[in-house]
Amino acid sequence: MSVSVKDKVLIIIAEQAMLETSEIKLNMSVEDLGLDSLGLVEAIFSIEETFSVNVPFNANDPTASDFDISSVGAIIKAIDKLVMEKSN
Amino acid sequence: MVRVVITGQGTINALGSDVASTVDAMERGQSGISLMDFPNVDRLNVKIGGQIKDFDPKVYFDRQKITFYDRFTQFALIAAKEAILQSGLVFEGELSQYSGVIFGTAGGGLQTQDENYRAVYEEGKNRVHPFVVPRLMNNAAVSHVSMSNNLKGPSFTVSTACASSNHAMGQAFHLIRSGAAKVMIAGGSESMLCFGGIKAWEGLRVMSQDGCRPFCATRNGMVQGEGAAVFVFEEFEHARARGANILAEISGFAMSSDAGDIVMPSVGGARRAILAALNDAKLNPEDIGYINAHGTGTAANDKTETAAIKEVFKNYEKNIMVSSTKSMHGHLIGGTGAVELLACIAALKDGIIAPTIGYQKHDPNCDLDIVPNQARQKKVNAVISNAFAFGGLNAVIALESI
Repeated sequence: MSVSVKDKVLIIIAEQAMLETSEIKLNMSVEDLGLDSLGLVEAIFSIEETFSVNVPFNANDPTASDFDISSVGAIIKAIDKLVMEKSN
Repeated sequence: MVRVVITGQGTINALGSDVASTVDAMERGQSGISLMDFPNVDRLNVKIGGQIKDFDPKVYFDRQKITFYDRFTQFALIAAKEAILQSGLVFEGELSQYSGVIFGTAGGGLQTQDENYRAVYEEGKNRVHPFVVPRLMNNAAVSHVSMSNNLKGPSFTVSTACASSNHAMGQAFHLIRSGAAKVMIAGGSESMLCFGGIKAWEGLRVMSQDGCRPFCATRNGMVQGEGAAVFVFEEFEHARARGANILAEISGFAMSSDAGDIVMPSVGGARRAILAALNDAKLNPEDIGYINAHGTGTAANDKTETAAIKEVFKNYEKNIMVSSTKSMHGHLIGGTGAVELLACIAALKDGIIAPTIGYQKHDPNCDLDIVPNQARQKKVNAVISNAFAFGGLNAVIALESI
């Protein structure tokens, strides 16, 4: 996993959750971060803009796509995969 | 108290280009939702909508007029013409002074904005058509209907997102009930199906890419529609004196505000609006036979609306048919309450209960009789129509047969 993806995602999530990056643990869920559905949608938008990727996410059915949002670590892993796929 | 009745109705939407064809499509449970066609649709993830296909404004208007009419104004004029023709009213002399127009719209002349932003930003043009402003302004539809029909009384546009036309029709009802008007042309119009319009909604990630399935466990978002519906609201005594054909009575209207979240709906706000509309109409929960739900097909709305209905009707809801016709015509945003009022009138006048189509699987959070997939024939005497807007602004209309 590239360090830069992880760091950038942590900065985006920290900003949305109004936390310090040091306070964010990889096993934290979206609920643990205190993000509501609009906060999550905005974080995903920031991620898409930062990495120039498309994240398949429907707020009506967050678990429907392959994009795993169950924890911060899962989100980073999923973004890393999207970035890798793009560079290939 | 002055009573208010409906003596004319008109529409154009994805289900039909008039009331008869629209109600017929609702009765057959037909879908007006299909792949959309407009420039750059290939750059959208959401490619479906309740778009009016094969629409040629030249069939309805001459070239000089079209120059002034955005698509949302065209729809409003077409619907208003049908409604006024059915009412048999001609607006002259004193009646003209006491008759006005109130429409709801959220996007107004969005097609005009989209086309002209494209011209100046994308194509780099440095000149736009001189009538861009009179085309795009949100009151354009109201003003043109006023001008075309000599309506000189109180006229304005209401913009409260998805509740716009219910709020508009409520204001029209209040103006007649208070004595400020004899006749009001009321309803709503919307034409947001263009690249910019859909792209903005796509960003919110509440749109479905495969269909609108309100109250269904597999629902995954809303689908937009376009069009207009317009009604002639008339003081009851005025209508009776001239022997008008009365379609239904508007017996109550209420509004509430959630004062909560800018996009998430609230059970309390919805409940207060429904309850206040029943009180205004002096109706009891057991009097209601049909509810035209807001029923957007989003996870949040349908669950919240079900809870609000159950809180108001306290077990009577088991006897009430509740459907979302958005499953057929799509969500017309600022025009949606008006098109949905057509289903309410069809229920009262002809006993046609429009279905919620696309229904696949039961959701325990939405355990109402949602009239799945097939219309029913049943006589009802009183109905309500719900609209709950983004921004937490709610408007509910109660109608009765007469």
